[in-house]
Amino acid sequence: MSNKTLRIAGVTRTFPGRGKAGPTLALQPTDMTAAPGEFIAILGPSGCGKSTLLRIVAGLDQPTAGSVTLDGAPVTAPGADRGMVFQSYTLFPWLTVAQNIRFGLQERGVPEAEQQAIAARFIARTGLKGFENHWPRQLSGGMQQRCALARALANDPEILLLDEPFGALDHQTRELMQELLLEIWEADRKTVLFVTHDIDEAIFLAKRVVVMSARPGRIKADVPIPLPYPRDWTMKTSAEFGALKARLMGEIREEVRKAAAAA
Amino acid sequence: MKPLVPVPAAARVILGVGFFAMFVGVWAAVTYSGYVPPLFLASPGQALLSGWSLLTEYGFLGDIAVTIWRVVGGFVIAAACGVPLGLLMGTFKPVEAFFEPFVSFARYLPASAFIPLLILWVGIGETQKLSLIFIGSFFQIVIMVSVIAGGTRMDLVEAAYTLGAKSRGVLRRVILPASAPLVMETLRLVLGWAWTYVIVAELIGASSGIGHMIMDSQRLLDTGQMIFGIVVIGLIGLATDFLFKALNRWLFPWAAL
Repeated sequence: MSNKTLRIAGVTRTFPGRGKAGPTLALQPTDMTAAPGEFIAILGPSGCGKSTLLRIVAGLDQPTAGSVTLDGAPVTAPGADRGMVFQSYTLFPWLTVAQNIRFGLQERGVPEAEQQAIAARFIARTGLKGFENHWPRQLSGGMQQRCALARALANDPEILLLDEPFGALDHQTRELMQELLLEIWEADRKTVLFVTHDIDEAIFLAKRVVVMSARPGRIKADVPIPLPYPRDWTMKTSAEFGALKARLMGEIREEVRKAAAAA
Repeated sequence: MKPLVPVPAAARVILGVGFFAMFVGVWAAVTYSGYVPPLFLASPGQALLSGWSLLTEYGFLGDIAVTIWRVVGGFVIAAACGVPLGLLMGTFKPVEAFFEPFVSFARYLPASAFIPLLILWVGIGETQKLSLIFIGSFFQIVIMVSVIAGGTRMDLVEAAYTLGAKSRGVLRRVILPASAPLVMETLRLVLGWAWTYVIVAELIGASSGIGHMIMDSQRLLDTGQMIFGIVVIGLIGLATDFLFKALNRWLFPWAAL
Protein backbone atom coordinates (compact mmCIF):
# COMPACT_ATOMS: atom_id res chain seq x y z
CA MET A 1 0.00 0.00 0.00
CA SER A 2 1.36 3.37 -1.01
CA ASN A 3 0.90 6.27 1.39
CA LYS A 4 2.59 9.16 -0.34
CA THR A 5 0.96 11.75 -2.58
CA LEU A 6 2.56 12.54 -5.90
CA ARG A 7 2.24 16.14 -7.08
CA ILE A 8 3.18 17.31 -10.53
CA ALA A 9 3.14 21.11 -10.57
CA GLY A 10 3.65 23.20 -13.70
CA VAL A 11 5.98 20.62 -15.23
CA THR A 12 7.19 21.78 -18.63
CA ARG A 13 9.70 20.23 -20.97
CA THR A 14 11.40 21.90 -23.91
CA PHE A 15 13.97 20.00 -25.93
CA PRO A 16 16.79 22.21 -27.21
CA GLY A 17 16.94 22.71 -30.97
CA ARG A 18 19.58 21.11 -33.14
CA GLY A 19 21.24 23.13 -35.90
CA LYS A 20 18.76 25.50 -37.47
CA ALA A 21 15.70 23.86 -35.93
CA GLY A 22 14.40 25.79 -32.95
CA PRO A 23 13.65 24.25 -29.58
CA THR A 24 10.70 21.86 -29.37
CA LEU A 25 8.08 22.26 -26.69
CA ALA A 26 7.15 18.69 -25.75
CA LEU A 27 5.13 19.31 -22.64
CA GLN A 28 3.11 22.40 -21.75
CA PRO A 29 2.84 23.30 -18.06
CA THR A 30 1.17 20.27 -16.55
CA ASP A 31 -0.43 19.83 -13.15
CA MET A 32 -1.58 16.54 -11.75
CA THR A 33 -1.98 14.92 -8.37
CA ALA A 34 -2.03 11.22 -7.68
CA ALA A 35 -3.54 10.19 -4.39
CA PRO A 36 -1.91 7.27 -2.55
CA GLY A 37 -2.91 3.98 -4.14
CA GLU A 38 -4.56 5.56 -7.16
CA PHE A 39 -4.34 3.88 -10.58
CA ILE A 40 -4.05 6.57 -13.25
CA ALA A 41 -3.79 5.89 -16.97
CA ILE A 42 -2.18 8.57 -19.10
CA LEU A 43 -3.71 8.27 -22.54
CA GLY A 44 -2.58 10.12 -25.61
CA PRO A 45 -1.47 9.88 -29.25
CA SER A 46 2.19 9.05 -30.04
CA GLY A 47 4.58 11.90 -29.48
CA CYS A 48 2.24 13.77 -27.14
CA GLY A 49 4.79 13.89 -24.33
CA LYS A 50 3.16 11.27 -22.11
CA SER A 51 6.35 9.25 -21.88
CA THR A 52 8.31 12.45 -21.24
CA LEU A 53 6.02 13.19 -18.30
CA LEU A 54 6.54 9.68 -16.93
CA ARG A 55 10.31 9.92 -17.35
CA ILE A 56 10.30 13.22 -15.43
CA VAL A 57 8.41 11.56 -12.57
CA ALA A 58 10.94 8.72 -12.68
CA GLY A 59 13.76 11.26 -12.47
CA LEU A 60 15.25 10.06 -15.76
CA ASP A 61 14.53 13.42 -17.39
CA GLN A 62 14.57 16.90 -15.89
CA PRO A 63 11.69 19.34 -16.36
CA THR A 64 12.53 22.70 -17.93
CA ALA A 65 10.21 24.28 -15.40
CA GLY A 66 7.92 23.10 -12.62
CA SER A 67 8.39 20.43 -10.02
CA VAL A 68 7.51 16.90 -9.04
CA THR A 69 7.13 16.15 -5.35
CA LEU A 70 6.42 13.01 -3.40
CA ASP A 71 4.77 13.96 -0.11
CA GLY A 72 6.43 17.35 -0.44
CA ALA A 73 9.93 16.01 -1.10
CA PRO A 74 11.17 17.13 -4.53
CA VAL A 75 12.01 14.44 -7.07
CA THR A 76 15.28 15.25 -8.85
CA ALA A 77 16.87 11.89 -9.62
CA PRO A 78 15.77 8.31 -10.16
CA GLY A 79 15.29 6.25 -7.05
CA ALA A 80 14.03 2.94 -5.76
CA ASP A 81 10.82 4.57 -4.49
CA ARG A 82 9.62 4.92 -8.09
CA GLY A 83 9.81 1.58 -9.89
CA MET A 84 9.47 1.55 -13.65
CA VAL A 85 8.64 -0.93 -16.38
CA PHE A 86 9.61 0.10 -19.90
CA GLN A 87 8.09 -0.71 -23.26
CA SER A 88 11.38 -2.20 -24.48
CA TYR A 89 12.62 -5.40 -22.86
CA THR A 90 15.03 -4.20 -20.21
CA LEU A 91 15.83 -7.33 -18.25
CA PHE A 92 19.58 -7.61 -17.76
CA PRO A 93 20.50 -10.34 -20.25
CA TRP A 94 23.42 -11.58 -18.12
CA LEU A 95 21.22 -12.22 -15.07
CA THR A 96 18.73 -15.04 -14.63
CA VAL A 97 15.07 -14.32 -13.88
CA ALA A 98 15.66 -14.63 -10.12
CA GLN A 99 18.83 -12.51 -10.26
CA ASN A 100 17.03 -9.82 -12.26
CA ILE A 101 14.29 -9.65 -9.64
CA ARG A 102 16.90 -9.35 -6.89
CA PHE A 103 18.85 -6.57 -8.65
CA GLY A 104 17.30 -3.65 -6.76
CA LEU A 105 17.38 -5.52 -3.44
CA GLN A 106 21.10 -6.15 -3.86
CA GLU A 107 21.72 -2.48 -4.67
CA ARG A 108 19.99 -1.55 -1.45
CA GLY A 109 21.94 -4.08 0.59
CA VAL A 110 18.96 -6.21 1.63
CA PRO A 111 20.21 -9.37 3.42
CA GLU A 112 20.66 -12.41 1.18
CA ALA A 113 17.97 -14.56 2.84
CA GLU A 114 15.41 -11.77 2.58
CA GLN A 115 16.31 -11.24 -1.10
CA GLN A 116 15.64 -14.91 -1.77
CA ALA A 117 12.30 -14.80 0.02
CA ILE A 118 11.13 -11.63 -1.75
CA ALA A 119 12.23 -12.93 -5.15
CA ALA A 120 10.43 -16.22 -4.57
CA ARG A 121 7.26 -14.38 -3.63
CA PHE A 122 7.20 -12.24 -6.76
CA ILE A 123 8.19 -15.15 -8.98
CA ALA A 124 5.11 -16.93 -7.69
CA ARG A 125 2.85 -13.89 -8.03
CA THR A 126 3.87 -13.25 -11.64
CA GLY A 127 3.59 -16.90 -12.61
CA LEU A 128 7.29 -17.39 -13.30
CA LYS A 129 7.72 -20.49 -11.12
CA GLY A 130 10.00 -22.97 -12.85
CA PHE A 131 11.75 -20.21 -14.81
CA GLU A 132 13.87 -18.80 -11.96
CA ASN A 133 17.12 -19.86 -13.56
CA HIS A 134 16.30 -19.04 -17.17
CA TRP A 135 18.14 -16.33 -19.08
CA PRO A 136 15.92 -13.52 -20.39
CA ARG A 137 16.59 -14.54 -23.99
CA GLN A 138 14.91 -17.88 -23.24
CA LEU A 139 11.64 -16.17 -22.27
CA SER A 140 8.73 -14.99 -24.40
CA GLY A 141 7.95 -11.28 -24.54
CA GLY A 142 5.08 -11.64 -22.08
CA MET A 143 7.23 -13.51 -19.58
CA GLN A 144 9.99 -10.92 -19.90
CA GLN A 145 7.55 -8.15 -19.04
CA ARG A 146 6.13 -10.16 -16.14
CA CYS A 147 9.68 -10.52 -14.85
CA ALA A 148 10.29 -6.78 -15.35
CA LEU A 149 7.12 -6.10 -13.34
CA ALA A 150 8.28 -8.48 -10.61
CA ARG A 151 11.68 -6.76 -10.59
CA ALA A 152 10.07 -3.35 -10.09
CA LEU A 153 7.65 -4.63 -7.43
CA ALA A 154 10.34 -6.48 -5.47
CA ASN A 155 11.77 -3.10 -4.50
CA ASP A 156 8.43 -2.25 -2.85
CA PRO A 157 8.23 1.19 -4.52
CA GLU A 158 5.80 3.92 -3.50
CA ILE A 159 4.86 4.45 -7.14
CA LEU A 160 4.86 2.15 -10.10
CA LEU A 161 5.57 3.86 -13.43
CA LEU A 162 4.55 1.82 -16.44
CA ASP A 163 5.52 3.15 -19.87
CA GLU A 164 3.42 1.17 -22.35
CA PRO A 165 4.71 -2.01 -20.74
CA PHE A 166 2.51 -4.28 -22.86
CA GLY A 167 2.94 -2.28 -26.09
CA ALA A 168 5.16 -4.84 -27.77
CA LEU A 169 3.01 -7.85 -26.87
CA ASP A 170 0.38 -9.58 -28.97
CA HIS A 171 -3.25 -8.87 -28.18
CA GLN A 172 -4.03 -12.05 -26.21
CA THR A 173 -0.90 -11.88 -24.09
CA ARG A 174 -1.63 -8.23 -23.50
CA GLU A 175 -5.07 -8.97 -22.06
CA LEU A 176 -3.64 -11.61 -19.73
CA MET A 177 -1.00 -9.14 -18.57
CA GLN A 178 -3.66 -6.52 -17.88
CA GLU A 179 -5.52 -8.99 -15.68
CA LEU A 180 -2.31 -9.89 -13.86
CA LEU A 181 -1.52 -6.23 -13.25
CA LEU A 182 -5.04 -5.59 -11.95
CA GLU A 183 -4.81 -8.54 -9.62
CA ILE A 184 -1.53 -7.22 -8.21
CA TRP A 185 -2.82 -3.68 -7.89
CA GLU A 186 -6.05 -4.78 -6.22
CA ALA A 187 -3.98 -6.65 -3.63
CA ASP A 188 -1.20 -4.08 -3.08
CA ARG A 189 -2.90 -0.74 -3.86
CA LYS A 190 0.26 0.94 -5.04
CA THR A 191 0.05 4.25 -6.86
CA VAL A 192 0.31 3.47 -10.56
CA LEU A 193 0.94 5.79 -13.49
CA PHE A 194 0.28 3.80 -16.63
CA VAL A 195 1.13 5.37 -20.00
CA THR A 196 -0.71 3.91 -22.97
CA HIS A 197 -2.31 4.80 -26.27
CA ASP A 198 -4.79 1.91 -25.99
CA ILE A 199 -8.21 3.18 -24.88
CA ASP A 200 -9.56 -0.23 -23.77
CA GLU A 201 -6.47 -0.84 -21.71
CA ALA A 202 -6.78 2.55 -20.01
CA ILE A 203 -10.46 2.05 -19.12
CA PHE A 204 -10.08 -1.54 -18.03
CA LEU A 205 -7.21 -0.82 -15.65
CA ALA A 206 -7.47 2.71 -14.35
CA LYS A 207 -9.52 4.51 -11.76
CA ARG A 208 -8.87 7.72 -13.63
CA VAL A 209 -7.84 8.34 -17.22
CA VAL A 210 -5.87 11.49 -18.00
CA VAL A 211 -6.11 12.35 -21.68
CA MET A 212 -3.26 14.29 -23.22
CA SER A 213 -3.40 16.53 -26.25
CA ALA A 214 -1.22 16.26 -29.33
CA ARG A 215 2.23 17.82 -29.09
CA PRO A 216 2.91 20.07 -27.34
CA GLY A 217 1.27 17.90 -24.71
CA ARG A 218 -1.06 19.13 -22.03
CA ILE A 219 -3.76 17.49 -19.98
CA LYS A 220 -6.92 17.82 -21.98
CA ALA A 221 -9.36 15.79 -19.92
CA ASP A 222 -9.38 13.97 -16.62
CA VAL A 223 -11.98 11.22 -16.77
CA PRO A 224 -12.89 9.14 -13.70
CA ILE A 225 -13.67 5.50 -14.45
CA PRO A 226 -16.47 4.51 -12.07
CA LEU A 227 -16.31 0.77 -12.83
CA PRO A 228 -16.01 -1.12 -9.53
CA TYR A 229 -13.00 -3.21 -8.58
CA PRO A 230 -12.29 -6.10 -8.69
CA ARG A 231 -12.72 -5.91 -12.42
CA ASP A 232 -12.70 -8.79 -14.82
CA TRP A 233 -12.66 -9.15 -18.57
CA THR A 234 -16.46 -9.40 -18.91
CA MET A 235 -16.67 -5.69 -18.12
CA LYS A 236 -15.08 -4.91 -21.45
CA THR A 237 -18.40 -5.64 -23.14
CA SER A 238 -20.63 -3.77 -20.66
CA ALA A 239 -22.68 -0.73 -21.68
CA GLU A 240 -20.88 1.47 -19.17
CA PHE A 241 -17.52 0.46 -20.61
CA GLY A 242 -18.83 1.22 -24.10
CA ALA A 243 -20.01 4.68 -23.09
CA LEU A 244 -16.64 5.52 -21.53
CA LYS A 245 -14.88 4.23 -24.60
CA ALA A 246 -17.02 6.37 -26.89
CA ARG A 247 -16.21 9.44 -24.84
CA LEU A 248 -12.46 8.79 -24.76
CA MET A 249 -12.37 7.88 -28.44
CA GLY A 250 -13.89 11.25 -29.23
CA GLU A 251 -11.26 13.04 -27.18
CA ILE A 252 -8.40 11.06 -28.68
CA ARG A 253 -9.51 11.13 -32.32
CA GLU A 254 -9.42 14.88 -32.36
CA GLU A 255 -5.84 14.85 -31.03
CA VAL A 256 -4.65 12.14 -33.40
CA ARG A 257 -6.05 14.17 -36.27
CA LYS A 258 -4.21 17.27 -35.06
CA ALA A 259 -0.99 15.29 -34.67
CA ALA A 260 -1.37 13.90 -38.20
CA ALA A 261 -2.01 17.39 -39.59
CA ALA A 262 1.06 18.77 -37.81
CA ALA A 263 3.33 16.01 -39.09
CA MET B 1 23.52 -20.29 -52.46
CA LYS B 2 21.05 -17.99 -50.77
CA PRO B 3 22.13 -14.90 -48.84
CA LEU B 4 22.51 -15.35 -45.07
CA VAL B 5 21.23 -18.95 -45.02
CA PRO B 6 23.33 -20.90 -42.49
CA VAL B 7 25.47 -23.82 -43.61
CA PRO B 8 25.14 -27.25 -41.91
CA ALA B 9 27.88 -28.07 -39.39
CA ALA B 10 29.37 -30.96 -41.38
CA ALA B 11 29.49 -28.95 -44.58
CA ARG B 12 31.18 -26.11 -42.76
CA VAL B 13 33.98 -28.34 -41.53
CA ILE B 14 34.45 -29.84 -44.99
CA LEU B 15 34.55 -26.41 -46.61
CA GLY B 16 36.97 -25.02 -44.02
CA VAL B 17 39.35 -27.97 -44.24
CA GLY B 18 38.92 -27.95 -48.01
CA PHE B 19 40.49 -24.55 -48.42
CA PHE B 20 43.45 -25.55 -46.25
CA ALA B 21 43.91 -28.66 -48.42
CA MET B 22 43.66 -26.58 -51.60
CA PHE B 23 46.19 -24.10 -50.26
CA VAL B 24 48.71 -26.85 -49.47
CA GLY B 25 47.89 -28.50 -52.82
CA VAL B 26 48.77 -25.36 -54.81
CA TRP B 27 51.89 -24.92 -52.71
CA ALA B 28 52.93 -28.52 -53.40
CA ALA B 29 52.17 -28.19 -57.10
CA VAL B 30 54.28 -25.08 -57.67
CA THR B 31 57.22 -26.37 -55.61
CA TYR B 32 57.38 -30.08 -56.57
CA SER B 33 56.93 -29.24 -60.26
CA GLY B 34 59.99 -27.00 -60.07
CA TYR B 35 57.94 -24.01 -61.19
CA VAL B 36 59.23 -22.11 -58.13
CA PRO B 37 62.84 -22.98 -57.24
CA PRO B 38 63.55 -24.15 -53.65
CA LEU B 39 65.71 -21.08 -53.09
CA PHE B 40 62.56 -18.97 -53.00
CA LEU B 41 60.01 -21.41 -51.65
CA ALA B 42 60.53 -24.76 -49.98
CA SER B 43 58.11 -27.58 -50.73
CA PRO B 44 55.66 -28.67 -47.98
CA GLY B 45 57.73 -31.78 -47.37
CA GLN B 46 60.94 -29.77 -47.09
CA ALA B 47 59.28 -27.35 -44.68
CA LEU B 48 58.17 -30.26 -42.51
CA LEU B 49 61.65 -31.79 -42.56
CA SER B 50 63.21 -28.46 -41.65
CA GLY B 51 60.69 -28.12 -38.89
CA TRP B 52 61.53 -31.57 -37.55
CA SER B 53 65.23 -30.73 -37.43
CA LEU B 54 64.45 -27.37 -35.82
CA LEU B 55 62.48 -29.09 -33.10
CA THR B 56 64.85 -31.99 -32.50
CA GLU B 57 68.28 -30.44 -33.11
CA TYR B 58 67.97 -26.71 -32.54
CA GLY B 59 65.63 -26.50 -29.54
CA PHE B 60 62.92 -24.66 -31.46
CA LEU B 61 60.40 -25.49 -28.72
CA GLY B 62 62.38 -23.18 -26.48
CA ASP B 63 62.04 -20.38 -29.04
CA ILE B 64 58.31 -20.98 -29.28
CA ALA B 65 57.98 -20.84 -25.49
CA VAL B 66 59.96 -17.59 -25.30
CA THR B 67 57.82 -15.97 -28.00
CA ILE B 68 54.55 -17.08 -26.41
CA TRP B 69 55.78 -15.76 -23.07
CA ARG B 70 56.54 -12.36 -24.64
CA VAL B 71 53.22 -12.09 -26.46
CA VAL B 72 51.18 -13.11 -23.46
CA GLY B 73 53.24 -10.94 -21.10
CA GLY B 74 53.00 -7.76 -23.19
CA PHE B 75 49.38 -8.43 -24.04
CA VAL B 76 48.30 -9.09 -20.46
CA ILE B 77 49.96 -5.86 -19.28
CA ALA B 78 48.32 -3.91 -22.11
CA ALA B 79 44.91 -5.44 -21.37
CA ALA B 80 45.24 -4.96 -17.60
CA CYS B 81 45.86 -1.23 -18.15
CA GLY B 82 43.78 -0.68 -21.29
CA VAL B 83 40.50 -2.35 -20.35
CA PRO B 84 39.91 -0.36 -17.12
CA LEU B 85 40.90 2.91 -18.80
CA GLY B 86 38.66 2.15 -21.77
CA LEU B 87 35.72 1.33 -19.49
CA LEU B 88 36.18 4.57 -17.56
CA MET B 89 36.43 6.57 -20.79
CA GLY B 90 33.31 4.99 -22.24
CA THR B 91 31.38 5.50 -19.02
CA PHE B 92 32.45 8.96 -17.89
CA LYS B 93 32.43 11.52 -20.66
CA PRO B 94 34.87 13.99 -19.00
CA VAL B 95 37.42 11.17 -18.73
CA GLU B 96 36.82 10.45 -22.40
CA ALA B 97 37.23 14.11 -23.33
CA PHE B 98 40.52 14.16 -21.44
CA PHE B 99 42.15 11.03 -22.92
CA GLU B 100 40.41 10.39 -26.21
CA PRO B 101 42.26 12.90 -28.45
CA PHE B 102 45.66 11.69 -27.26
CA VAL B 103 44.75 8.00 -27.51
CA SER B 104 43.39 8.52 -31.02
CA PHE B 105 46.67 10.16 -31.97
CA ALA B 106 48.81 7.57 -30.23
CA ARG B 107 47.13 4.58 -31.81
CA TYR B 108 48.26 5.75 -35.24
CA LEU B 109 51.91 5.83 -34.17
CA PRO B 110 53.48 2.79 -35.84
CA ALA B 111 54.65 0.53 -33.03
CA SER B 112 57.56 -0.85 -35.02
CA ALA B 113 58.93 2.67 -35.48
CA PHE B 114 59.53 2.71 -31.73
CA ILE B 115 62.04 -0.15 -31.92
CA PRO B 116 65.15 2.05 -32.29
CA LEU B 117 63.97 4.30 -29.47
CA LEU B 118 63.05 1.37 -27.28
CA ILE B 119 66.49 -0.18 -27.80
CA LEU B 120 67.98 3.13 -26.74
CA TRP B 121 65.72 3.40 -23.71
CA VAL B 122 65.49 -0.14 -22.37
CA GLY B 123 68.10 -2.10 -24.32
CA ILE B 124 67.46 -5.25 -26.31
CA GLY B 125 66.24 -7.41 -23.44
CA GLU B 126 62.77 -8.64 -22.64
CA THR B 127 61.60 -5.18 -21.59
CA GLN B 128 62.00 -3.98 -25.16
CA LYS B 129 59.84 -6.83 -26.53
CA LEU B 130 57.15 -6.33 -23.90
CA SER B 131 57.19 -2.56 -24.39
CA LEU B 132 56.72 -2.89 -28.13
CA ILE B 133 53.73 -5.21 -27.72
CA PHE B 134 52.35 -2.88 -25.08
CA ILE B 135 52.63 0.17 -27.35
CA GLY B 136 51.09 -1.74 -30.22
CA SER B 137 48.14 -3.12 -28.21
CA PHE B 138 47.37 -0.68 -25.42
CA PHE B 139 45.95 2.24 -27.41
CA GLN B 140 43.88 -0.04 -29.63
CA ILE B 141 42.40 -1.77 -26.61
CA VAL B 142 41.60 1.55 -24.91
CA ILE B 143 39.80 3.02 -27.87
CA MET B 144 37.82 -0.12 -28.72
CA VAL B 145 36.80 -0.82 -25.12
CA SER B 146 35.70 2.79 -24.64
CA VAL B 147 33.48 2.56 -27.74
CA ILE B 148 31.98 -0.71 -26.45
CA ALA B 149 31.31 0.69 -22.97
CA GLY B 150 29.88 3.89 -24.45
CA GLY B 151 27.49 1.82 -26.53
CA THR B 152 25.85 0.17 -23.52
CA ARG B 153 22.08 0.09 -23.99
CA MET B 154 20.72 3.24 -22.39
CA ASP B 155 17.44 1.56 -21.43
CA LEU B 156 19.32 -0.99 -19.32
CA VAL B 157 21.19 1.82 -17.57
CA GLU B 158 17.92 3.64 -16.93
CA ALA B 159 16.28 0.46 -15.64
CA ALA B 160 19.15 0.12 -13.17
CA TYR B 161 18.66 3.70 -12.01
CA THR B 162 14.94 3.16 -11.42
CA LEU B 163 15.87 0.11 -9.33
CA GLY B 164 17.93 2.31 -7.05
CA ALA B 165 21.41 1.93 -8.57
CA LYS B 166 23.88 4.82 -8.39
CA SER B 167 26.84 5.58 -10.71
CA ARG B 168 29.03 2.93 -9.12
CA GLY B 169 26.35 0.27 -9.36
CA VAL B 170 25.62 1.17 -12.97
CA LEU B 171 29.29 0.86 -13.91
CA ARG B 172 29.86 -2.35 -11.97
CA ARG B 173 26.56 -4.13 -12.53
CA VAL B 174 25.41 -2.87 -15.94
CA ILE B 175 28.17 -1.38 -18.08
CA LEU B 176 30.78 -3.96 -17.06
CA PRO B 177 28.73 -7.12 -17.67
CA ALA B 178 27.06 -5.64 -20.76
CA SER B 179 30.47 -4.87 -22.29
CA ALA B 180 32.28 -8.01 -21.21
CA PRO B 181 31.57 -10.29 -24.22
CA LEU B 182 32.51 -7.62 -26.76
CA VAL B 183 35.59 -6.69 -24.76
CA MET B 184 36.68 -10.32 -24.91
CA GLU B 185 36.13 -10.29 -28.67
CA THR B 186 38.30 -7.18 -28.87
CA LEU B 187 41.04 -8.83 -26.86
CA ARG B 188 40.93 -11.83 -29.19
CA LEU B 189 41.42 -9.49 -32.14
CA VAL B 190 44.20 -7.46 -30.53
CA LEU B 191 46.03 -10.62 -29.46
CA GLY B 192 46.36 -11.41 -33.16
CA TRP B 193 48.01 -8.05 -33.73
CA ALA B 194 50.29 -8.60 -30.74
CA TRP B 195 51.68 -11.62 -32.58
CA THR B 196 52.84 -9.45 -35.47
CA TYR B 197 54.54 -7.04 -33.06
CA VAL B 198 56.44 -9.77 -31.22
CA ILE B 199 57.87 -11.11 -34.46
CA VAL B 200 58.91 -7.62 -35.54
CA ALA B 201 60.54 -7.12 -32.14
CA GLU B 202 62.38 -10.42 -32.50
CA LEU B 203 63.59 -9.71 -36.03
CA ILE B 204 65.68 -6.91 -34.55
CA GLY B 205 67.95 -7.40 -31.59
CA ALA B 206 66.86 -10.75 -30.24
CA SER B 207 68.80 -13.89 -29.46
CA SER B 208 65.84 -16.21 -29.11
CA GLY B 209 62.25 -16.57 -30.25
CA ILE B 210 60.45 -17.52 -33.44
CA GLY B 211 61.28 -14.21 -35.13
CA HIS B 212 64.93 -14.63 -34.29
CA MET B 213 64.91 -18.13 -35.82
CA ILE B 214 63.30 -16.80 -39.00
CA MET B 215 66.01 -14.13 -39.21
CA ASP B 216 68.73 -16.77 -38.74
CA SER B 217 67.21 -18.97 -41.42
CA GLN B 218 67.29 -16.08 -43.87
CA ARG B 219 71.04 -15.93 -43.53
CA LEU B 220 71.19 -19.60 -44.50
CA LEU B 221 68.55 -19.13 -47.22
CA ASP B 222 66.58 -21.94 -45.58
CA THR B 223 63.06 -21.16 -46.79
CA GLY B 224 61.83 -24.43 -45.27
CA GLN B 225 62.66 -23.24 -41.76
CA MET B 226 61.23 -19.80 -42.39
CA ILE B 227 57.97 -21.23 -43.63
CA PHE B 228 57.81 -23.67 -40.75
CA GLY B 229 58.29 -20.80 -38.32
CA ILE B 230 55.53 -18.77 -39.97
CA VAL B 231 53.16 -21.74 -40.02
CA VAL B 232 53.81 -22.39 -36.33
CA ILE B 233 52.75 -18.82 -35.55
CA GLY B 234 49.60 -19.35 -37.58
CA LEU B 235 48.80 -22.56 -35.74
CA ILE B 236 49.36 -20.98 -32.33
CA GLY B 237 47.08 -18.13 -33.41
CA LEU B 238 44.41 -20.59 -34.48
CA ALA B 239 44.68 -22.44 -31.17
CA THR B 240 44.38 -19.26 -29.08
CA ASP B 241 41.39 -18.25 -31.17
CA PHE B 242 39.66 -21.52 -30.33
CA LEU B 243 40.58 -21.09 -26.68
CA PHE B 244 39.19 -17.57 -26.60
CA LYS B 245 35.96 -18.64 -28.24
CA ALA B 246 35.54 -21.57 -25.85
CA LEU B 247 36.29 -19.28 -22.91
CA ASN B 248 33.69 -16.79 -24.11
CA ARG B 249 31.04 -19.48 -24.44
CA TRP B 250 31.85 -20.63 -20.94
CA LEU B 251 31.96 -17.14 -19.40
CA PHE B 252 28.91 -15.72 -21.18
CA PRO B 253 26.31 -18.45 -21.56
CA TRP B 254 23.62 -15.76 -21.56
CA ALA B 255 24.96 -14.24 -24.76
CA ALA B 256 25.30 -17.49 -26.71
CA LEU B 257 22.85 -18.18 -29.53
